[in-house]
Amino acid sequence: MSDLLGNIPPDTSDSLAVLEKQRSTAEAFGIPLAVLLEITHRCPLQCPYCSNPVELDRSGKELTTDEWKKVLSELAEIGVLQVHFSGGEPTARKDLVELVKHASDAGLYTNLITSAVLLTRERLSDLADAGLCHVQISFQGVEEGLADRVAGYRNAHRKKLEVAKWTREIDLPLTVNAVMHRQNLHQLPDVIQMALDLDADRLEVANVQYYGWALKNRAALMPTVAQLDECTRLVEEARERLKGRLTIDYVVPDYYALRPKKCMGGWGRQFFNISPAGKVLPCHAAESITGLEFESVRSNHSIAWIWQNSDAFNRYRGTGWMKEPCKSCEFREIDFGGCRCQAFALTGDAANTDPACALSPLHETIFKQAEREAEGETNRFLYRNFAGGTLESENDA
Amino acid sequence: MAGPRHISVSETSRPVLPRHAKLKYDETRQVWVILAPERVLAPDEIAVEVLQLCNGERNVGDVADQLAAKYAAPREAILADVIVMLQDLADKGFLTEAREKTS
Repeated sequence: MSDLLGNIPPDTSDSLAVLEKQRSTAEAFGIPLAVLLEITHRCPLQCPYCSNPVELDRSGKELTTDEWKKVLSELAEIGVLQVHFSGGEPTARKDLVELVKHASDAGLYTNLITSAVLLTRERLSDLADAGLCHVQISFQGVEEGLADRVAGYRNAHRKKLEVAKWTREIDLPLTVNAVMHRQNLHQLPDVIQMALDLDADRLEVANVQYYGWALKNRAALMPTVAQLDECTRLVEEARERLKGRLTIDYVVPDYYALRPKKCMGGWGRQFFNISPAGKVLPCHAAESITGLEFESVRSNHSIAWIWQNSDAFNRYRGTGWMKEPCKSCEFREIDFGGCRCQAFALTGDAANTDPACALSPLHETIFKQAEREAEGETNRFLYRNFAGGTLESENDA
Repeated sequence: MAGPRHISVSETSRPVLPRHAKLKYDETRQVWVILAPERVLAPDEIAVEVLQLCNGERNVGDVADQLAAKYAAPREAILADVIVMLQDLADKGFLTEAREKTS
């Protein structure tokens, strides 16, 4: 019985790992256990590190209710076990309860990843009745001043606290997702306490990853090395102290690592997501790589076919596409050359080594630049919106 | 509101999987899984059998009785194994105890 938890991925960055025994329809690269559904890009918040692409899908392009239902049924059929309803802000879709119900009826484990500001107690309760299994609420800080400024939305923090309380009253499990960066890392001890006070089971201490919107805001967000070291120390201490009470997942910004992260568990190996318009993507930032064509669930192909056979998934799968220094690197099957989107954003070629890797010829330059930005005084945000971003007023920063 | 989160498993506890952890047979991969937030666990056969008996009404002693009878094995050894396994699951946040009905 000691093998009970044998297949739990040992570290949290791999928490969506595929089970080892694969007998799925997608034999070579088994269908992922969990799929992220970005059902809309609409969101009342304007966080400057939003993980959505800079080119947002407008509401007119979103899949219809029936199209999403078909997707959910198909996912359950091919062996997906969990779906994460995300966005944008997933509660901005009027049909969310209906979609959760459909997913639950199909046997899927459902998770809501939300900013919470649009939820009423009644709607949350309806979601629970529809079979919702878990709620994850993002927080921008621990007090209104900073948190609302980061979100670009008045009273966001107060509303989030209220919804988190309802979540536990309804007896839904809660994860607090705290997105951390230079301007809020000093609040980390209070973030941990807030998660405890809100009776969360899980806390994600997620340092910003610098693609898309966050890359545009890097100078305002990048932590210093000292801040990050302190953050790691605090997380380790809290994990020990709160064992069995609060699980803490921890994501560091890869700029300060010597080795790149195994992004998405390797391109096309254990993860895909579906965009508001129905594109099946190897990661939520993949559309930032120009020159890749992504198949849609609206095409004639099944989702399993797209996963196995489409050019976008196969382009950077495995190691065959690699150039030096990845090609002959002993770690090539450990980190798969890092993040393709970051390689594209920083070097112009997604097949280059991710500059987060110390072996990248650009690593030194980019690391130094990030370090300079972290020591700098640029705190003004470029807020995320459909208009391509709005710069924060100088008085507010 | 939820009761105390962290439980200590003993012969008299009446454990049950919490709402957010679902035991399910995965037809595609032909394995049992426990679905939990951002996690999929793969319990072995015996763990599956134990968890299927943990319905919040039986206590751990009852579960050991049933398994001892079924496998004609020493009850004390089984009981000890079951407690270790369930405590491991509880420590990871995937086990709760049946609560009194409040409605």
